[in-house]
Amino acid sequence: MRGTTYKIFKYTLSDLLRSRWILGYALLFAAVAGGILYLGDQPTQAVVSVLNLVILVVPLVSLVLGLMYHYANRDFALLVLTQPVHRASVFRGQFFGLSLALVLAYLVGAGVPFALYAIANPVDWAQVGLVLLAGTLVSLVFTALALYIGVAQDERVRALGLAIGIWFALTMIYDSLLLLLIVLAEAYPIDPWVIGLSMVNPVDLARVMVLLKLDTAALMGYTGAVFNKFLGSNLGLLLAFLALVVWVAVPAWRAQRVFARRDF
Amino acid sequence: MSPSRLLLLLLLAFAPAWGRTLTVCPTCPLKTLKAAFAAADDDDTVVVDGGHYAEGHLVLEKSLRLVGKHLPVIDGEGKVEILTVKANGVSIEGFEFRGAGVNFVEDQAAVKFVDAERCLVQKNRFVDNFFAIYLQRSRHCRILDNYIVSNAENELYSGNGIHLWNSYDVDIEGNYVAHHRDGIYLEFVRDSRIVNNVSEDQVRYGLHFMFSEHNVFRHNVFRHSGAGVAVMYSKHTLMVDNRFEYNWGGASYGLLLKDIDDSDIRRNVFYRNTVGIYADGSNRTSVYANDFVQNGYALRIFANSMGMIFMYNNFLGNTFDVTTNSTKSYNSYLKNYWDKYQGYDLDKNGIGDVPYRPVSLFAMMSENYPQALVLLHSPLVQLLNQAERVFPVFTPKAIEDDQPMMFRILWSKSKPLPSDTAP
Repeated sequence: MRGTTYKIFKYTLSDLLRSRWILGYALLFAAVAGGILYLGDQPTQAVVSVLNLVILVVPLVSLVLGLMYHYANRDFALLVLTQPVHRASVFRGQFFGLSLALVLAYLVGAGVPFALYAIANPVDWAQVGLVLLAGTLVSLVFTALALYIGVAQDERVRALGLAIGIWFALTMIYDSLLLLLIVLAEAYPIDPWVIGLSMVNPVDLARVMVLLKLDTAALMGYTGAVFNKFLGSNLGLLLAFLALVVWVAVPAWRAQRVFARRDF
Repeated sequence: MSPSRLLLLLLLAFAPAWGRTLTVCPTCPLKTLKAAFAAADDDDTVVVDGGHYAEGHLVLEKSLRLVGKHLPVIDGEGKVEILTVKANGVSIEGFEFRGAGVNFVEDQAAVKFVDAERCLVQKNRFVDNFFAIYLQRSRHCRILDNYIVSNAENELYSGNGIHLWNSYDVDIEGNYVAHHRDGIYLEFVRDSRIVNNVSEDQVRYGLHFMFSEHNVFRHNVFRHSGAGVAVMYSKHTLMVDNRFEYNWGGASYGLLLKDIDDSDIRRNVFYRNTVGIYADGSNRTSVYANDFVQNGYALRIFANSMGMIFMYNNFLGNTFDVTTNSTKSYNSYLKNYWDKYQGYDLDKNGIGDVPYRPVSLFAMMSENYPQALVLLHSPLVQLLNQAERVFPVFTPKAIEDDQPMMFRILWSKSKPLPSDTAP
């Protein structure tokens, strides 16, 4: 990291780590995940429940906290920009700081309960590792999206509305449409389409990634050549991971471009 | 006659007829099994001390005891049936049989008993045979502690490890069978016991019953096969304390039941199979106290199965608990523990106060639209399942456990399982 990026990054991170919101997020996540693990008696079931938090809560929190931080620090960013600094570095510093803070909060919130749980119970670390990785990537994706919305939209209420709309579309509406497509297509050979479409949505990607290790036995029951090739090997896992990385990179890059060019 | 003489006479009358002992080895006067078989009389013992014997097809028509020392190898060289026994009371111990040839006209085996009684096959190794041990119209036989491994790759070019046809009263115990078509195959077999065997990596089934009745299998491990065990067109089969695991694939089942009646399935563990129990046309069969852990589908019960009782089973971490192909069901589910149960127990009697419906809407959907499996664990799917649970419209109301247990049933403090390693 170059000088400016690093300085902004350090400032953003230390600022955020002291914020009550991030602390609250980590504690809340830990409390819910810990409760699930404590009450449930099947480790697999617990992994599924934590996965659900990753799918529903992590995107929403990342979007909302990202936007809140962006608007709260707008004046500071404008002040920094009056100095002779590279605009892209300022953006990168903010993005890295914000995403690292959210990822850390997530990892602490989800990781600590699992670590405590593992003391007394057998735990499949491959599954837990995948859930942690999936959540990390989802945090990054939605932080990037939040900043993209933030830099492009001056009105914070509108930005928040947009964020919640995106969250709802990706977690609920997208899957409904996919299910509708599957039901309508019925006998048509749409396997590649289904795989392809589930590769487009970052929330689905995170879910499929964990699914591939968690429910292999059930997935093997379906005899579609495309499915088996995709689900039966580590290829699906790798593809899902790469697609998520693209999902982080593209919005972040777009946001940086907008930030670098716009007239504040 | 004095009493002491009478006693001596009685003792002699009950004494076994001791035969001679003939020894075969590469440096002995008797160098081939063929020669030994010709020289021996009934009740003799033939000891084979080391060596490698490729004598083509051997036929034994005398009641002999064959004992291998230092693991002599009898080789079919991939062409012939190795040893056909057509006599009663033959025992075979301590040999290695290899290379019984593949044949599409005849079932060529390493050791085949035809119309034999009281046979014993014990502590042998069978390597790369078409069929390994084959019993045809035989009875009162024991197959113990053999190590049976072949190299089967598809159903066409492979035979079964232990094959019983039209036989009864056979004990199959402590064997390790791998890489055959079916590990153990029984057709028209009755009153037999299959205990403590490990059968894995079979092309088709670990254990396969056809038209058989009054058999027991207990304490076996079946894994990595097309189906762990397939029971077809059979009656009165008792299946206890077995472990079915890792039977994965498009048509893979832990236990496949096809047209079976009046059987008992108790205290088995089904772990990580694509389908735990698949029942097609199975009647009056009770499924008690089994553990279904992390299977894709714990139970797949077709509506042509009637009078089955599922009781005291634990369902833990399965993707789907029960699926079926109809809204009708003539089976009963009672007092099972379902880890997905969300009810409550106000009177604290350990039994949930609201019924549990193990067939979820999504399970029904993925039955009709298998691609929908990519949506597994999606929040949308959970929402749909929840809605269906409150107002059931699509899922069969008949499949219902109205006394679901609140806690896991701890029956599994059973005896230890047979060792997982090959002998």
